[in-house]
This record gives sequence, structure tokens and C-alpha cells, in this order.
Amino acid sequence: MTTATLVDSWTMTRRGLAHWARQPVQVAVQLVFPVMMLLMFAYFLGGGMTVPGGGDYKDYLVPGTFALTMVFGLEGTMLAITQDLNKGVIDRFRSMPMARSAVLVGRSVLDMLQSAFGLLVLLGVGLAMGWRWHGGFGDALLAVALLLWLRFAMLWLGIFLGMAAGRPEMVQVVQILVWPLGFLSNVFASPETMPGWLGALAVWNPMSATATAIRDLFGGPGGGGGSWAADHAQLLAVCWPLALIAVFLPVAVRRYGRLSR
Amino acid sequence: MADSDPAIVVEGLRKTYRDKQALAGLDLTVPQGTVHAVLGPNGAGKTTCVRILATLLRPDGGRAEVAGYDVLRDPDEVRYRIGLVGQHAAVDEELSGRQNLEMFGRLYHLGGRRAAARADELLERFGLEETGTKAVGRYSGGMRRRLHLAASLIMRPRILFLDEPTTGLDPRGRTEVWNAVRSLVDGGTTVLLTTQYLEEADQLADRVCVIDGGRAIADGTADQLKARLGGDRIEVVLRDAGQLPAAASVVGRATGAAEVGTDPDRRRLGARVTDRVAALTETVRALAAAGIEAEDIVLRRPTLDEVFLHLTGEPATTKTAEEETLV
Repeated sequence: MTTATLVDSWTMTRRGLAHWARQPVQVAVQLVFPVMMLLMFAYFLGGGMTVPGGGDYKDYLVPGTFALTMVFGLEGTMLAITQDLNKGVIDRFRSMPMARSAVLVGRSVLDMLQSAFGLLVLLGVGLAMGWRWHGGFGDALLAVALLLWLRFAMLWLGIFLGMAAGRPEMVQVVQILVWPLGFLSNVFASPETMPGWLGALAVWNPMSATATAIRDLFGGPGGGGGSWAADHAQLLAVCWPLALIAVFLPVAVRRYGRLSR
Repeated sequence: MADSDPAIVVEGLRKTYRDKQALAGLDLTVPQGTVHAVLGPNGAGKTTCVRILATLLRPDGGRAEVAGYDVLRDPDEVRYRIGLVGQHAAVDEELSGRQNLEMFGRLYHLGGRRAAARADELLERFGLEETGTKAVGRYSGGMRRRLHLAASLIMRPRILFLDEPTTGLDPRGRTEVWNAVRSLVDGGTTVLLTTQYLEEADQLADRVCVIDGGRAIADGTADQLKARLGGDRIEVVLRDAGQLPAAASVVGRATGAAEVGTDPDRRRLGARVTDRVAALTETVRALAAAGIEAEDIVLRRPTLDEVFLHLTGEPATTKTAEEETLV
């Protein structure tokens, strides 16, 4: 990476930070939404939930919500990309002698920052609710790293989808689809409680891998289940995002380059 | 680049989108320090041409050189020397004008302090210094377009592309943009302007290139293009429509025009003339001598509209259909 790439990427990141400063309400809503989900599941539905293998539902739910929040970040990335493309400001960037990659690198840094901050807020709310991690500090850090790794994969999926969709209206379709895909996992309920074939799909959901892995790391009830996927959750929590990045990072970058076709 | 080298050279430029051919071998040469208008109907290939020259789009064939650099081989060299004002809002609508200009300055690698100083200069020059921290999304159309111009001028580009710069602006906004363009041209900037407004080409351009179907179909000064229609027109409106046939023969003899068109509904006749002053004085004298009373006599140059329609063969409006019968 050359100096120009770094400088330009930082300029693009500053642009996003300036957006945040101008729209504090929007930023707050984005932070509050996962908190709301967490509170609703903990207090509206949590009473009726049992954790397979025993344990406190909060210890099961809070890490699950972390993973879900990382995946929902996809929508934000996709929306930002479609909006930029449609406003023509990308055209100006492309007509300037700046590093080609800066637009996408800036977007990555910004979305990762936002997700890291969102995760911090969610951790705070979790702690306030009485959730505790029982493992060591190093394990907790590793868990956070796995979560951000999942978010990084969602980032490139989001950039690709944003460019493929083209229009901001298309983001709504993804926003709707993300829900069933998000719930078809072990985030809120153990796959063992689902009909057999659905449960099998849920176990293999990349989000489930991350959720199970971080539950282990936080030392909470994992809802194991004894499947291969559950037993190798940490491996999958590394490999699933890696596979997604390996596919979508190059296609997204190529698609960006092809704006000149 | 020597002073005599053209600012823009386009040779046989071709571009096809899926099944639609946008450019079919476009040729264009723009000398330095001139304003060149590219005039054409919707879909003629104007925007495609500008996007290729601004390095946003790769051509399928042909060659394009801007400021002496090939757009495909040295795109960054081209990018340092051009400014682009596109049809769409190519600034960040959520940021203020100053934030936009500073951001673009940094992306031109001016560094923070110089980018800020340049932003100040440009805001003042375009009368935008009072806009403060207001987001561009809340600017008026004219203000926004002035900001686009300012953003394109950060690097004092030698060549400026204006892609339909006044589309969608009210007359006041249009005048603002025209004045800004005129002051740039006085500073020696080469301007390539695409427009659908013939008046705009007439007002601003040294030369006009008419394109249709992705090809240049005419190129010259506005006056040269107008001359293609066979010179000026004299038009006479009579008090009495009944005198039209007599008047037509009188005017025909007086001006030497091959053909005199008449429009009884409007009590009007018209003819193409070559010698303006002689045609006018002879017509006035001959009509008076024949005892035919004229309500109005005008001499006018053909408009670029007429030239345009004549060249492109666009489906003529009712107005032009009528004028064809008049000639």
C-alpha cells in the first residue's frame, strides 16, 4: 500500500466521520437498534426460553446478539454503497487522481469502526443486564476479534451486494431477507428445538459458528448439541468469514473497477 | 504541450453499451483556450463522450487525448489537468460546501492546510462564503451548480468538461453559471460543454460540434453553421392578408430571393436573403411603391435551433414545419 493510498483512504474515512457528526440521531438509532433487540429477547421472550444443557438464557442470548449485530451491519454497508453510487459523488472521485482503492478502504475502516463501537455499547448493555463472561480476558478479546472478523466478511458481501443492486430501494429486499437468515441460526434458540432439516441448516449458518465459538470463549452455555459444526465452532468461525472474504472481496473490487465499462 | 497543440483530440471514438451504440467513430479537435460546445439530441452520445474524456469510461475503439495525454495510458496525468461538472450532483450532499472542497483538495494531495486555503478562495470567488455549515443538500440549484464548478477548479485545470451544466436550472441559475464560465474562459481555460440548449452554445461557445447517432455531423462557429441554412431571413407582416400574393412577388423581385413563403393566417411572408441591408432597404422601398402597407418588417439570423433541426432531421415541431413552408 503506497502513501497516497493511506492518505486518500484516511480522507475518505474522515468523510464518513463528518457524516456521523452531522447525523447524530441516525448514528444513535443504529446503535440503539441491536440494544432494543437484545432487551426484547431478554425480557419479552427470555422468560419462556430454556438453554439446552442448562444455564442462564442471558449468557446464551447476549453473545448471540453480538453475532447477529455483526451480520446486520451488512445492511448499513450496502446502503452506504448504493447511496454513493447514485449520488454521482463516486464519479467525481473516479475523475480525480486519487488512489483507486481509497473509496472502498475508507468504507471498510468506517464500517469496522462503527461496528466496533456498536459492539462496545452492546457489551455495556449486556453487562448492565447482568450478563458476565466467565473466561479469561484474553479469551474475551479473541471473541471480539472473531466477531469483527465476521463483520469484515459481511462488509465485503455488503459492498458487493450494494454494487450489484445499484439502487438504494434494493437494500430493502436484503433488509427483509436478513431476518429469516439471521433467525435460522443458534442466535436466539438452539437448533435442536427446530424441525430436523431446519436445525441442520441453522447449525451450519456462519453466524451460528461465530456465536457458538464466542459463547465458549466467554465461558457461557454453548448449547453444544454434539454436531461436527458445533464441536469445531472456532475453526468454522475463522473459516466461514475467510471463505466469504475470499469470494466477495475480489469480486467487489473487480466490480468497482468495472464501473468504467 | 506546446501552445499550438490542441487541448483535446478525439479520433474515431467508439463505444457500445450492450446493444446500443453510443459513439460510432466520433472525431473532435478542440484548440487550447476555446469553448467548444457539443450539441446534440438526447442519446446522441454527448455524455458518453465526456465520460470517456474524463477517464470515467473506457472506449471500445479509437483514441482520445486530453492535455496531450492518452486517456487510457495516462489517466492520472489527465485527471490532474481536468475538471468535470457532470449532470448529477457530484458532490457530497450531506457535507457543507467547505467540507466538500477541503475533502477534494486533500484527494488532489494538496495537504490539509493548502486544501483549506483553496476552499476559502473558491468559496469567496463563487459567492458561497456565507453558506457556512449548511449541508449542500439544502442549497438552491444555482448555488449547488456553482459549488460543482468550484470543486472542479481546485487544481486550476487547463481543461474543463461541463456536461449539461445548466440542465434543470431556472434562468437566474443559468445566468450565474454562464457568467462563471465566461470568467474562466477569460483566464485561458479550455472548456468542452455539452448542451441541449442551443442558446447556451450560442452564448458561450467559440465553436459548435453537432453530434447525432454518436458521430459529428457538423463542426464550426455558430455563424458558420447558421450560414449553412442559406443566410438571413426577412419577414414581413401585412395589414391585409389579401395583399400577400402581390407582396410576395414584390419582395421576391426586391430581394432576388428564389422563393418567398407565405402564411395567410398570420398575414406574413418570409424569404432567405444574402445581403442584409440591401434586402431591407429594397423591400421597404418596393412595398411602399406598390402601395402595400406593412405592419412589421424584421430581418433575423437563423437560430441555432433551425440549424440543429436542419442538420439532425429531428422530428420537427409544428413551429418548424410551418417555417419550412414559409421559406
